[in-house]
Amino acid sequence: MRSMMLSIDIISGLVSIFQYPFMQHAFESGTIIAIVAGIMGYLVILRRTAFAAHAYAEIGFAGAAGSVLAGINPLYGLLGGSMLGGMAISALGNRASHRDIEIGSVLAFALGLGLLFISLYSGYATEAYSILFGQILGISATNVIITLVVSLVILAIAAIVYKPILFASLDEDVAEAKGMHTVLLGAIFMLLLAAAVSIAIQVSGVLLIFALMVTPAATAIRLTKKPTYAIAISVLIALLATWSGLIIASYEPYPVSFFITTIGFALYLFVRLAKSR
Amino acid sequence: MGDREVILAKDLAVSYKDKSVWHDANFRINRGEFVAVIGPNGSGKTTLFRLLLGLQKPASGALKIFNAAPKRGSMRIGYVPQRHAIDNETNIECIELVHLALSGYKWGLSISTEDERRAASAALEAVGAAELAHKSLASLSGGELQRVFLAEALVSNPEMLLLDEPLSNLDIKRANDLVSVIDRVVKARNVTTLLVAHDINPMIQFLDKVIYIAGGRVATGKPEEVLTSKKLTELYGTHVEVLHDSRGHILIHSLYGTQEEPLRDEEHDAKH
Repeated sequence: MRSMMLSIDIISGLVSIFQYPFMQHAFESGTIIAIVAGIMGYLVILRRTAFAAHAYAEIGFAGAAGSVLAGINPLYGLLGGSMLGGMAISALGNRASHRDIEIGSVLAFALGLGLLFISLYSGYATEAYSILFGQILGISATNVIITLVVSLVILAIAAIVYKPILFASLDEDVAEAKGMHTVLLGAIFMLLLAAAVSIAIQVSGVLLIFALMVTPAATAIRLTKKPTYAIAISVLIALLATWSGLIIASYEPYPVSFFITTIGFALYLFVRLAKSR
Repeated sequence: MGDREVILAKDLAVSYKDKSVWHDANFRINRGEFVAVIGPNGSGKTTLFRLLLGLQKPASGALKIFNAAPKRGSMRIGYVPQRHAIDNETNIECIELVHLALSGYKWGLSISTEDERRAASAALEAVGAAELAHKSLASLSGGELQRVFLAEALVSNPEMLLLDEPLSNLDIKRANDLVSVIDRVVKARNVTTLLVAHDINPMIQFLDKVIYIAGGRVATGKPEEVLTSKKLTELYGTHVEVLHDSRGHILIHSLYGTQEEPLRDEEHDAKH
């Protein structure tokens, strides 16, 4: 009896949270972003470019902070900044995109630049906080649309280049010998990643970007040996973490990003422990 | 060029960053021959592969493959490079990699055809690795991985195989096993095979020819013609002695001591 009451309570609670527009926006963009991040995350792990993903987030931070200062929508700054970073890292070439030293130097500079911009802005603490740790509950209707459009472009291009990128990631020298443009493929991947990172930052924030871009895929590759299945599982985990993070956060007074990272990490830990037995 | 000739080099020279790697190479390789490419580190063995793959241009001379200049992207050549991105984190089943060697060039999300899947299984079977099909690449031993790479190179039914150091990191028994597999493939499919190695002994009984690269020069011929004290002394420009054991294995002995790599010629120590 008591459990029945509780479940009715949860359902009516769920219905009520969807009455708020900010919650609808959070679920809409959270869902789109989880799909994109889950897919791109698999390729990030395969191509060992996690560090580059983090760099794009931090370059995006400089862009976002700059646009806050200039009074523009921070999402444009995020996209602009990280795409610029994507182009710079691609220009260094495929081999360089795996080099921690170059990426690390650019990353530190970008974060410093972001700090300057944000300190010049009067709303210093709150703006910095939401860019760094995510503000899924503050996504505007406009930004939901931008997120959708950017995501559709990312997914369309990713679908076209998926197989060549998969092959070039596994066997770059053979792909090159067989006439594939591995450098161009690498650059396309880097730009897709930069765009994916900048929209995902709305949910996870700059510093927690791995929660969506690495952890779900890292869990998925331990569960299957087939790339397509791994991508599907990675998307499911990202969705599960985002949705349940949002639902729990609407009952508890703690940040959504915390719940998303914790759920993702708990699943990862569980799979690792279960698989190592 | 005769019907049987698949590679013809005439006064071929190659350089790397304006530095000569080797020069005056003259050789021909016929269809179905199993050829070892031997020589010290940095002597330009991989460079020869890069020329054949059309990834690099000769500095001078002529090189013809299938009666034409080499060009990048030839599906008639199966290639196993020395360097691979696969490590113990690559949890992908073997047949996926072999399959990608057929479908990895296609844009878009095409569904794999029945023919492609059958070809991938057949390629694994041809190298005696059918049981590895659904194993993870991350879980394979060095010898098993090389078989999978060989299957990956074979899946498109190439007329030529270029294998770059498949035997390095394998112990003697596994190296022998892999060479037998390769020889079986060479004979069964009549596929011309060039194999880069440091040590010629695991394959000496199967070889039709040897391409020996050292000291900026290239000697080619049957193993018993090339691997002689006279020829190698000429090639290295220093006294080298070739010793034979009772089973036909050879030992190359120079003034600098007995070793697999008799001499490092620093002047020509150009990486590809």
